[in-house]
This record gives sequence, structure tokens and C-alpha cells, in this order.
Amino acid sequence: MAVLVEKRQLVTPGEPLAEGDFIAGENSYQSEGKIYSQKLGLAEIDGKKISVVPLKGPYMPAVGDLVVGQVVDVSMGGWHVDINAPYTAILPISEVKGKPFGPRLEALTRIFGIGEILVSKVIAFDRTRDPVITIQGPGLGKVRDGVVVGLTPTKVPRLIGRKGSMISMIKRESGCEIVVGQNGRIYISGRNPEKVELVIRAVRMVEEQAHTTGLTDRIKAFLEAGKEVKTDEKQP
Amino acid sequence: MSITSQAEPLAKIRSKQMMELLASGKRIDGRDLLAQREITLERGIIEKAEGSASVTLGNTRVLVGVKIEAGEPYPDTPNQGVLTVNAEFVPLAHEFFEPGPPNENSIELARIVDRGIRESKAVDLEKLVLTPGRLVYVVFVDIYILNHDGNLVDASEYAALAALQQAKLPKVEVGEDGEVKRTGEFEKLPVVDTPISVTVAEIDGKLLVDPNLEEENMAQAKVTMTLTKDNKLCAVQKSGAGTFAFNQILECFKIAREKSSEIRRKFFEE
Amino acid sequence: MKSSRKLIDENGLRVDGRRWDELRPVKMEVGLLANANGSSYIQQGKNKIMVAVYGPKEAHPKHLGNPDRAIIRCRFHMAPFSTEERKSPAPSRREVELSKIIREALEPAVFSEYYPRSMIDVFIEVLESDGGSRCAGTMAASLALADAGIPLRDLVAACAVGKVEGQIVLDLNDVEDKEGEADMPVAVIPALGRISLLQMDGQFTEEEFAEALELAQKGCRSLYEIQKQALKQRYLPEKEALEAEEKGGK
Repeated sequence: MAVLVEKRQLVTPGEPLAEGDFIAGENSYQSEGKIYSQKLGLAEIDGKKISVVPLKGPYMPAVGDLVVGQVVDVSMGGWHVDINAPYTAILPISEVKGKPFGPRLEALTRIFGIGEILVSKVIAFDRTRDPVITIQGPGLGKVRDGVVVGLTPTKVPRLIGRKGSMISMIKRESGCEIVVGQNGRIYISGRNPEKVELVIRAVRMVEEQAHTTGLTDRIKAFLEAGKEVKTDEKQP
Repeated sequence: MSITSQAEPLAKIRSKQMMELLASGKRIDGRDLLAQREITLERGIIEKAEGSASVTLGNTRVLVGVKIEAGEPYPDTPNQGVLTVNAEFVPLAHEFFEPGPPNENSIELARIVDRGIRESKAVDLEKLVLTPGRLVYVVFVDIYILNHDGNLVDASEYAALAALQQAKLPKVEVGEDGEVKRTGEFEKLPVVDTPISVTVAEIDGKLLVDPNLEEENMAQAKVTMTLTKDNKLCAVQKSGAGTFAFNQILECFKIAREKSSEIRRKFFEE
Repeated sequence: MKSSRKLIDENGLRVDGRRWDELRPVKMEVGLLANANGSSYIQQGKNKIMVAVYGPKEAHPKHLGNPDRAIIRCRFHMAPFSTEERKSPAPSRREVELSKIIREALEPAVFSEYYPRSMIDVFIEVLESDGGSRCAGTMAASLALADAGIPLRDLVAACAVGKVEGQIVLDLNDVEDKEGEADMPVAVIPALGRISLLQMDGQFTEEEFAEALELAQKGCRSLYEIQKQALKQRYLPEKEALEAEEKGGK
């Protein structure tokens, strides 16, 4: 009985993680007395539970997730919303507050047409059925202006930062409203288009430079200077 | 593009029954794991074809017609005749067979049969040259599936070999202007080996020879091995979205060697 | 069909200078296409193959979806300029067959049951071809699946073994494939210790077959290490940055 990897070790799919009496946690599996990784990621050891934190992967909806989506279709029951997941989400009529109406398509498209951007929350999902979302709640609903940019879903924690440090810094420095969807869709809005542009660039820096160190500091410097500061251009 | 195939779902109790029987070494149609279904073979059914044969393997039924024409050789083999194998999953053979161009299953089937015949050098292609580099015999082997109850590969392979063995080669005269005329005489198509394929399916660690359709739907994978008359392996194809253990593959070879000799002795030795 | 060229010289070396059990130089990379969810590139001999994975995504058309698992669509395609003579871009019978057997080599490695009703697309483009392109394509495809973060039982390692002038050799190049006496591509899923792709043409005795299968296993083991390295090389910097960030926050 032995753990075959170190904590936080970079592992690949099929890599044996532990042998003997262990439990396969997230992104790992058990086969003939061994625990193997299912994904490219970092090994986590929590007592007898061995799991893997993926470095890459699709967004899988989870109840409670804040997601930014786009209306792609309308049917009798409600709206179909692309939330950058393997499944299109459903926003049922009943989850749209204070709108009593008959299920007529015409009326539905008048409320949210195709292409509308919604900030929503996942309220039900179990893989056998499409995820259900709601827009009832503070901060949720249709957005009227601003932009949505994409970020690899597994990099969302990087944009948020430790205890929200990165995202609050970006909000503070830019004065923009930013909604970070767990699904890798980031909504940005602000009065000053230049500031909005800076935030977009900052998100792109997270996407492209997630593998570099000192990212928070670099983005802070970038937002302060209003332009990108390369590491090697820093003052000695 | 190849898309995950969706096997006809078996009734749960049926698959349960199948598994229980397998555990005691028996199959749903009463066979032993290594037993083939009954084979019947009939040669020379289509008069207009140069060669033909029909094979039944249990309820699986296949007809093969061989047509021989004069044509151009392949540029990379100017001094050899041409052999082409094609398979048609005719809609009358199963309710799920749709008319249309060959799909990946019929292409794969034809290519497995082709490989067995070609790699065993069963047809002596060098004897099929009329004008070197210019004109050769082209042997068309057309496989027609008439009823599908599993293991189409083996039934087709046996029928193709029987049709080739029976095929007559039309003698021709080549005129000055290159015109090809049949003389009305025939000789035997030179068939010098007897490649025999044997297909083995894996279900739950067990190896089953000659799977029927229900067993094929249940099996994750099967493997076809074709052996020459000298017991040399000349074609292999693993098919299906499953896997085999290494020792199972070696085991399959032994099974295929034994079964292919039996079939060769019974049906193909003159 | 056979040329008079010797494929193994008096020193036991092959046309490209390799010993019987030596692999060709191989280079693998992942994560190089911006649009794809996962991508990879492999160079092995003259083979140059690029793979993109899209998905899991909603099955289109919807009736294609399976209520129990994701379906995989796979296309193995050769560029018109990848061969000596121009290849028509329309899929040949060979490409149709290879698309199928490569899909079937990959499927047992994928936890497709995690994404019911969805679809995973695997596009394999051979930009330049050499012997063993189906094996190289299979390996690259499994890397692209891993790069897309799709849960896998393992990567799929693959190589061809064959017979050249009576000698069992590893990893056939184009000439050996065309002029040799046998060619047997094999793919394995190392964690399961099982074969997921097996084809053969040519002629093998029982002993030769067993020997070839053994050699293929050995080849796959070496290639598997290179596959893992390719993934780690690409993602190690990301891991280190993450750690540094965490330490900084403390």
C-alpha cells in the first residue's frame, strides 16, 4: 500500500497515483487495486482519497454556479442558453420573475430574443437532463451593454485569484463591473471604453500567461500603467 | 467520418441469460464457446458470373459473384492482374441496412476479405497478364450480404474463396488495335492458396468463435485472423470499440489455426 | 512487387540506419491550435500529423446522441500533398477504414459515460505521410484528447512491427512497409495492459507473430513515455506558476 505520487505532482491520464486501500476522488479511477489519474492535472492527496485537479477540461455545470450565457433558441417551455458546456441550458418561463404569460413563442422572444446575454445561476443538473438555470436573484438577469470574453474554464480560478485577490484588484483598478462566469465566460461593462479594453486585455493575459509566475503583479502594473509592462522592462 | 456505432440494445434479461450461460461455458444458441455454426457452401449459382458461391453460416447468408474482365494494371504493379473486392450490405439482408453508397462497415468487411486473399497470394496475379504493362485480367469479387445474423466476415471470406476457386478465366485475343475479344474458351483461374478466416469475439473475458448477431451486439470487440494453407497468419483485424489482452490474442491465433484447418479440409481441398 | 534493394545490410542495419528494435526519432507536442479544445502534433520519420479535438459538445443532429455516453466521431484524413502522388481529397476506402479502427482504438480509453448525449470530434490530418501513419495518428489523437481535458483511462500508445528479409523489426518506415514481408500495427492502453488496435498483413508464422507482438509491446512502452513527456513539458510551467502564485499569497 503506497501513494505513488507527491502532492501537487503533475500527472497525466493513466498515471498510477496510489496502490492499495485508497479511494478514487475527482478525476481519478480505480482498477485492480490501483488508483489512476483520468486527466492531465495536479495530484491531490487527502487521507485515503486521491484526486486530480485538472489543468484543462470542459466546463461541467454544477448547481450554484454563476454562468454567463447566450440565448440560442426559444421553445414553448422557455429559452435555450449556450453556457459553454457540453449541454445547452434551459431557462424555464417559471424562472423569469414577474412575467405571467401564456407560452407563446412570440411573447417569449419579446422578453429575451436570440443572442441575448444572460447572467444566471445553475439550479439543477444531473447529466441525464440539460442544466436548468435561473435569473432570479441579485445580480442576475439580462445585460444591456458591455462585452463578454472567453477564458479556458480551468483558468477561471486563476482570474479570481487567491480569495478573490486578482479579480478584486482588477475591479478596483479599472472601475469596471465584471462578472466571472464559472463557465469561462466573463462579462465586462464600464463607462470608460478604454478601461473596458484594459480589462479585456487583462483577461487575455490570464489566458496566455497562466503558466507564468507573478501574474497578479504584472496585471496590476499593466492596469496602472494603462499598458502592458513586460517583465524585463521592470525598473531595477 | 467514423461515428460510435450504436448496437441494437438487447433485452436486459437476454443479456443476463447470455452472461449466465457464458459463465458455464455455453452460448445462447446452445453452442460451445469454440463451436462454429453449421456451414453450407454451394458453388456456381450465377451462370453469368465467371465464378460464384453462396455460403450460409447459421442464419447468415452471403452470395459472392466473381466477374473477370480485361483492363489496365495498376501503375505500381504493371506485371500483375488486378483483384478488387467490394461488399454490398443489401437492404434485404437486415432491416437496419439502408440503400446507399458503401459505409464504413461494408468497406471494412471488403478490405478484410481482400487482405486475406491478397496477402496469402491465393490468386496468382502474375499469371493474369495479357500485355505486360498494358492489359491484364481484372478480377472483381463482389460480396452480397443476403441475410445478416453476425460474422459476415467469415461467411464472405469462405464464399469469396469458393467463388474464386470455381471461377473460369475467359480466354481472349488481343487484336492489333488493342481490341479485346473473347474466344469463347475458358481455363481455370489460378487459385494457389486457401486462406481461411476465423473470427473470435470477446465477451466478459471469454472467447467465442463465430459470434452470431446477438453476440456481436454484446461483444465489445472481435478479431479476425486469416491463415494460409501453411498455417501462416496473413491478415488480422481487430474490430469494435473494445480491447483484447495480449494472451487472448495469442490464444485467438491457436483457435484460428485449428478452426481454419478444419474448414479448409472440409470445404476447400480438392 | 519486391525490389532488389536490400532492406537490411550486412551489419544488420536497416535502410535508415536503425537496428531491428529501434524506433524512428519522434517528436510530439500538444496544445498548438487555438480554436480546438485539445490539439497535438506528431512527427515520426517523415510523418507529420496534426490532430484537433472538439467537444464534448451537444450531439448534432440531436438524434445521434446516446443516452448513456458520449459518441466519438473520428476522421483520419490525408492531405492531397501528403503523398508521393497527389491524393484526391475525397476520403479513400483506406481512410474510411482507418477512421473506424482508430476510433475503435481510442474509444476504450475514453470515459465516454461521463458525457451522455454529447459528442467528441477527433480530426486527424496527415500533412505528410510515412510508414506507420495510423499508429502515429492514434497516439497523437490520444494526446489531443488529454489536452482537451477529456477523462481517459490512459493515453493510447501505438507502433507497427513487421518482417523485413525474414527479420522481425520495429516501427516500419515507408519502404519497409511497402517492400517488407509483413506489417502489423498495434495500439495498447498501458494502464489496462490491453490491445485496442490490431491489424496485420503479410505473412507470419506462429513464432514470428508472438515475437512481433512482444516487440510491439516494447515499442509502445517507449513511445508511451514520450507521450507523457509531451504533456508534461507543455503543462509543467502552468503548474509551477500556480504554485508560485499560491506561495506568494501566503
